[in-house]
Amino acid sequence: MPEMREITIVEALREALAEEMSRDPTVFLMGEDIGRANGVFNVTAGLQDEFGKERVIDTPISEAGFTGMGVGAALTGMRPVIEILFCDFMTLAMDQIVNQAAKLHYMTGGQAKVPLVIRTLMGAGRGAAAQHSQSLHAWVAHIPGLKVVMPSTPYDAKGLLKSAIRDDNPVVFFEDKMSYQVKGLVPVGEYTIPLGVADVKRVGGDVTFIATSSMVQVALAAAEMLAQEGISAEVVDPRTLKPLDKETILESVKKTGRVVIIDEGYLSYGVTAEIAAIIADEAFDYLDAPVKRLGAMDVPVPMVPVLEQATVPNAEQLVTTARSLFGRRY
Amino acid sequence: MEIDRQLLREMYYHMRRIRRFEETAEELYKRGTVVGLLHLYIGEEAVATGVCLALRDDDYITSTHRGHGHLLAKGGDPKRLLAELCGRVGGYCRGKGGSMHAADLSLGILGANGVVGGGFGIATGAALSAKMRRSGQVVACFFGDGAANQGLFMEVLNMAAIWKLPVIYVCENNGFGQYTRYEEATVTDQPIGARAAAFGLPTAQVDGNDVIAVYQAAIQAVQSARAGEGPSFIEARTYRLRGHHMGDVGFARRYRTKEELEEHLKQEPVGRFHRWLLEQQLLTEAEIEELEARIETELQEAIEFVNSSPVPDVSEIMEHIYA
Repeated sequence: MPEMREITIVEALREALAEEMSRDPTVFLMGEDIGRANGVFNVTAGLQDEFGKERVIDTPISEAGFTGMGVGAALTGMRPVIEILFCDFMTLAMDQIVNQAAKLHYMTGGQAKVPLVIRTLMGAGRGAAAQHSQSLHAWVAHIPGLKVVMPSTPYDAKGLLKSAIRDDNPVVFFEDKMSYQVKGLVPVGEYTIPLGVADVKRVGGDVTFIATSSMVQVALAAAEMLAQEGISAEVVDPRTLKPLDKETILESVKKTGRVVIIDEGYLSYGVTAEIAAIIADEAFDYLDAPVKRLGAMDVPVPMVPVLEQATVPNAEQLVTTARSLFGRRY
Repeated sequence: MEIDRQLLREMYYHMRRIRRFEETAEELYKRGTVVGLLHLYIGEEAVATGVCLALRDDDYITSTHRGHGHLLAKGGDPKRLLAELCGRVGGYCRGKGGSMHAADLSLGILGANGVVGGGFGIATGAALSAKMRRSGQVVACFFGDGAANQGLFMEVLNMAAIWKLPVIYVCENNGFGQYTRYEEATVTDQPIGARAAAFGLPTAQVDGNDVIAVYQAAIQAVQSARAGEGPSFIEARTYRLRGHHMGDVGFARRYRTKEELEEHLKQEPVGRFHRWLLEQQLLTEAEIEELEARIETELQEAIEFVNSSPVPDVSEIMEHIYA
């Protein structure tokens, strides 16, 4: 058994970056406030001291520019890890992400490779209002050529980030800002987690919760509450949206026959709808109840906490939704 | 600056080859053999030629939607380019990219681009990469007067300047951004180079139909980039002798007069260079004829290559999405 210790997601991410930079001289970091200031959420703390200004580059506030530069550096032998401080600001760099990074390999008939990681933050919860609180992972998951990762635990964050950096494709890596201080056991030594493998975070037999990123903790809390009532919920964390581990999702749904999908993206046209469609298509005969979805309300995220918190799904709502799947028993 | 006869011969060869390649593509488009969107470089040959001949083989370029000239001048293969335009498996991108995405990574040609100004970030990032790898490579970023109005241009100028990146921004001002005239869409009491100068870049404004002037400006910019002195900017004033793309009827009917075209035809770069070479007795008629014959043979071979190269099988659709 490997030696384990408990660390936060922030610490796990920092370890992944430091280890990959030590391992591979072509890995470098670029983004706003990541160097001298240690990163707005401390993920890159100490890395500029350790690896120098040339490999931990503080950029101007020019998201399109430095994202495009990440593409160019990736095309020419480097493995850039760039940081877009809030995924709301990804909008400024969408041409670089969607039209350039995602498509170059395909458009050039397989000649070009873009081993670029874009780390970005998602999620409401800090009263940061409508331009600093969105969860826009569905936007990029929509685009062929991109990989999309959204870890929920320190163990996953570290192992997935290391795999993302070693991947030869552009990967958008979403970090939930409210989960940064979530703690968990992480091995001391080297490990990676392949992209495209879901993880069953809690085993259960009566209902499946498919939960991403910030919503995994919500799903685990709801499962705990339901256990008191005698309902056994299974929590499946896809961990990556692209590639998506359909097999693990379908296997769980086929076992339980009931499913709630929960994700912090806007409910409409989002990740929950996509996964629900897959289940309807490929596991319809196993369902004992309608597929249910919980997502962020279709509203610009309001600032004042009493409103803000109401826009994001919580454990109580998930419990209520799950109960409704059991008909007259409740 | 000493320019030897061998270099002049190469300049003429490239310019003439680009011209004839484009005329061939135009003809094949009309016959339906070239498919997709086609933006011709006719009239602008001196810019690609002058800049690319100032580069080393391992240097990089980023190109534009009007990019055949850049690719050919950087050493690209006319057979594979023409096959790409025709959507054949022998093409640079197996028919998946077409004219606007032709690339040859092995020659440092990082790709044409379907987005106006789409190459700014890639070029500047390649320059950052070259600097980090201490490779001594430089990057030429081709773009048009239209792209100079994209906001990304300002972002990369700033970053290239603060980090002293080895990149040369080559603005091909061909008088038109898509279907709109340069002077109607862009401030003209200051040259485009004033924007680069504001970030401290050395700037040059040259006659883009004079291949030697372009070459001399490029050599200077390349030397400076290679010496670690940072980015430069060149504006090459030229003239687009065709519409924005094949099928742009407004060019002839609405936004450019016949008189204007006739005036510019007198200054078009290939004929002008040809006349100058003979006048100055730098190349003989016989030498020029020999070059032209070689080009015709190459183009004939390219057409034969296209004819022998099939369109891709539908089973290739899902290949190359991920590396």
